[in-house]
Amino acid sequence: MSQKNLDTVTKAEQTPDTEQPFAALGVKEDEYAQIREILGRRPTSSELAMYSVMWSEHCSYKSSRVHLRQFGDKAPEVDFLLVGPGENAGVVDAGGDLAVTFKIESHNHPSYVEPYQGAATGVGGIVRDILTMGARPIAVMDPLRFGAADAYDTHRVLPGVVRGIGGYGNSLGLPNIGGEVVFDACYAGNPLVNALAVGVMKKSEIKLAKADGPGNQVVLFGARTGGDGIGGASVLASATFDDGKAVKRPSVQVGDPFMEKVLIECCLEIFAADLVTGIQDLGAAGLSCATTELAAAGTGGMDVQLDLAPLRDSTLVPEEILMSESQERMMAVVTPANIDAFMAICEKWDVIATVIGEVNDSGRLRMTWYGETIVDVDPKTLALQGPVYERPYHRPEWQDALQADTPDSLSRPKTGEELRATVLSMISSPNLADKTWVVEQYDHRVRGNTVLGHGEDAGMIRLDESSNLGIALATDGNGRYTKLDPYHGAQLALVEAYRNVAATGAKPLAVTDCLNFGSPEDPEVMWQFAEACRGLADACQILGTPVTGGNVSFYNQTNAVPIHPTPIVGVLGLIDDVTRRTRSAFTDEGDILLLLGDTKDEFGGSEWAHVTHGHLGGLPPEVDLERERLLAEVLIAGSRDGMLSAAHDLSDGGLIQSVAESAIRGGRGVRLVLPEDVDPFVALFSESAGRAVVAVPRSEELRFTDMCKVRHLPVARVGVVDGTEVEVQGQFTIGLDELTQAWRGTLPALFG
Amino acid sequence: MSARIGVVTFPGTQDDTDALRAVALVGAEPVSLWHRDADLHGVDAVVLPGGFSYGDYLRCGAIARFSPVMESVIAGAREGLPVLGICNGFQILCESHLLPGAMLRNNGLLFINRDLTLRVGSTSTAWTSDYEVGQEIVIPIKNVDGRFTADQRTLDELEAEGRVVVRYAQNPNGSDRDIAGIANAAGNVVGLMPHPEHAIEELTGPYPGPATDGLAFFTSVLKKLVSA
Repeated sequence: MSQKNLDTVTKAEQTPDTEQPFAALGVKEDEYAQIREILGRRPTSSELAMYSVMWSEHCSYKSSRVHLRQFGDKAPEVDFLLVGPGENAGVVDAGGDLAVTFKIESHNHPSYVEPYQGAATGVGGIVRDILTMGARPIAVMDPLRFGAADAYDTHRVLPGVVRGIGGYGNSLGLPNIGGEVVFDACYAGNPLVNALAVGVMKKSEIKLAKADGPGNQVVLFGARTGGDGIGGASVLASATFDDGKAVKRPSVQVGDPFMEKVLIECCLEIFAADLVTGIQDLGAAGLSCATTELAAAGTGGMDVQLDLAPLRDSTLVPEEILMSESQERMMAVVTPANIDAFMAICEKWDVIATVIGEVNDSGRLRMTWYGETIVDVDPKTLALQGPVYERPYHRPEWQDALQADTPDSLSRPKTGEELRATVLSMISSPNLADKTWVVEQYDHRVRGNTVLGHGEDAGMIRLDESSNLGIALATDGNGRYTKLDPYHGAQLALVEAYRNVAATGAKPLAVTDCLNFGSPEDPEVMWQFAEACRGLADACQILGTPVTGGNVSFYNQTNAVPIHPTPIVGVLGLIDDVTRRTRSAFTDEGDILLLLGDTKDEFGGSEWAHVTHGHLGGLPPEVDLERERLLAEVLIAGSRDGMLSAAHDLSDGGLIQSVAESAIRGGRGVRLVLPEDVDPFVALFSESAGRAVVAVPRSEELRFTDMCKVRHLPVARVGVVDGTEVEVQGQFTIGLDELTQAWRGTLPALFG
Repeated sequence: MSARIGVVTFPGTQDDTDALRAVALVGAEPVSLWHRDADLHGVDAVVLPGGFSYGDYLRCGAIARFSPVMESVIAGAREGLPVLGICNGFQILCESHLLPGAMLRNNGLLFINRDLTLRVGSTSTAWTSDYEVGQEIVIPIKNVDGRFTADQRTLDELEAEGRVVVRYAQNPNGSDRDIAGIANAAGNVVGLMPHPEHAIEELTGPYPGPATDGLAFFTSVLKKLVSA
């Protein structure tokens, strides 16, 4: 290896005036000056590489941090949060000796460039975050947003993304238990590929990412380091896609799920033997991130012999090794006494493991390359003390006009015939249509604990076969609502996921969020972001569901046109006994259908306005957090006390969409009798929040409605499970077969 | 004394947990077997579970077939040891030449995870005696390389000898003659693309059901072993 061009600390001290390509690495001029000030000299090229990735938007949250603070400042006081934001993932007490960790992340930009690998490594990355907490990953979910369903490029992006999620997740042996597939032209050049993972561990086995104890060994294990994904985090995820501009688009990381599966089992065996004092995965910013974060959170110092890192490509230079985002790599801190046992387990699983460094109390992270010092920094300046921006923001001038452009003047179906036609065109529209074509490509059965999967309101996993303790998870988000009103739009995402969890009978506990927005350098986007954070933090405070972690994805825009602001919210719930869960299907003839909550004339941002008029304007449905809490309590009590045959939340497409889905799923018809004082169109299609439809056996009707009345939750009898048709009395009838065909046919016709 | 049933874990195996659970649920003693260990630890039967052994990188099951544990499984199978290969396990059995044929990429080229109705074709194997010929059962599939194929003579032979164990009621992937599972001539070795270990509990099995149609594969072998 030629040392001739090696930039060392000594050389940096001797040649202060060497020009450095900081701008090409995404480092702003004032940031570069700050780095020089911190070091008291110019950075070596390796140090510059490390600062560039660690201070990137993706790793440092420099634009979002001032707003994200609210999640901590306004966090509700709870006794079940074992690890809060800041670690790889939040951890929640699941009762007994069990804890659950979960988190959502984005892999949007790579998935546009290379859909299969982008989506695959998105799953791989979030699963490693969960593993790093000491947990066995037990399920994944994928909320997805694509451009218009009939757009040419959607047919490149969607099949690749779906195959990538399946190809990687299925090979890890993780059930995929939920998520969303939403189409909107605003995502055409910026698809959103968010991935959520959840894991379970013993409370006593929670691991933290810190390098403690001088003399302890730093072990790099897993895949070899290659040239893939270099600069991925800093450059790719922090750049917009502009036409006609030579944008730096480095190669997307390429995943090897087999390596990750082996790595998971290897790590779990290492954890069970209690052989690590700290552990970190190598994700965005690779070795730069893992070494600096471990050192910064621990004793404070670390010496690393970078030339010992096993390479896939022997020509890689130190700067590239430090920035590489090769997948399936982990870093552990191991005491000298445990190192042999650690290595033996790695050998058992055929996992390459190499001691590349040692912890010390110098307060410095030093790296050498064949004996020459190439990095000598205070790790805190990389990991903790990155730049923080108070980006300017202001309410867009067009916001008032958008809100004033209400859907009230849009022509509405009036006759039974028109309502019938609307139902069929809505249920077959890409957003409301059956997603089986997508979810069939995911394994949802592996590990044998999937109690509820796709098609239900929330995914549910059994944690303990003897106690039947389980968790439920749902993700939701509505970009149209959030565009109309970012504050309430973010809250609507939260309450929908909260409601979905409660509809299965689980108690919603904690939140993870993936905040997908345009460029933070656009003050209007920044306003959307600020408002969404404020809304989410306020609502979490009132609902008592703390944000435990998550991810911000900025720069989702093309040619200065940002996506709809799209906060995706994941809610985790607990259920004492999974055999008590409520399904969404109407299965029992004669069951009474009850509508819970109030229905108002609310169509701003609705699926109806979108599908039938291509209209977006007005205000989204009102948010009533106390009502959501009450509804959740009733749904949970109904499930626990065995009063419910089925429950389904009402959201996109309104009452008729939910009823149709439950009828199709159960293979049973329904007869709906709408209240006489309400416009049938509003009753069927309004998207008012805080509502659910439940099916109760006749014998339970009185008990259940009494419970609602005692708790002051509006309840109305709206129909009965009956026959083989969906009939709205006095309006129209659609045979279950016709309805099913309309619902199921759309995605196979588009993508099959 | 109950029977001991081994479940092999290769690197990349996914459904070992599920197979162990199924074994335990019917009352047999589950025993984990490791790919590098040629010792079968005295088990009375072996399940090769689903997954992607060694990443399935060369060809599904092609590398697993050469692992130390498989040497013992192959030798045992030739002497009558009951062996059930599920999905990747079926592929390994084909690669090991314990069963004829091979698996191709599904028609449509996509991974399919779906609950399917199967028709039982043979109850004279070690793993299917608790079913009835012609019985319809619901078992999930989940694979991308699940299209069974063999030359015409082999297919004719399988049919003539009653070695087609289960067929798809609706062929999901283009498998020759709707074949979902087959047995060797002695009936002790069975390979299935569908996953009976995912259809063993009301809580987690196929929905709307029936949810537990997979159990009889495991009760069948247990009865045989206990009565032997």
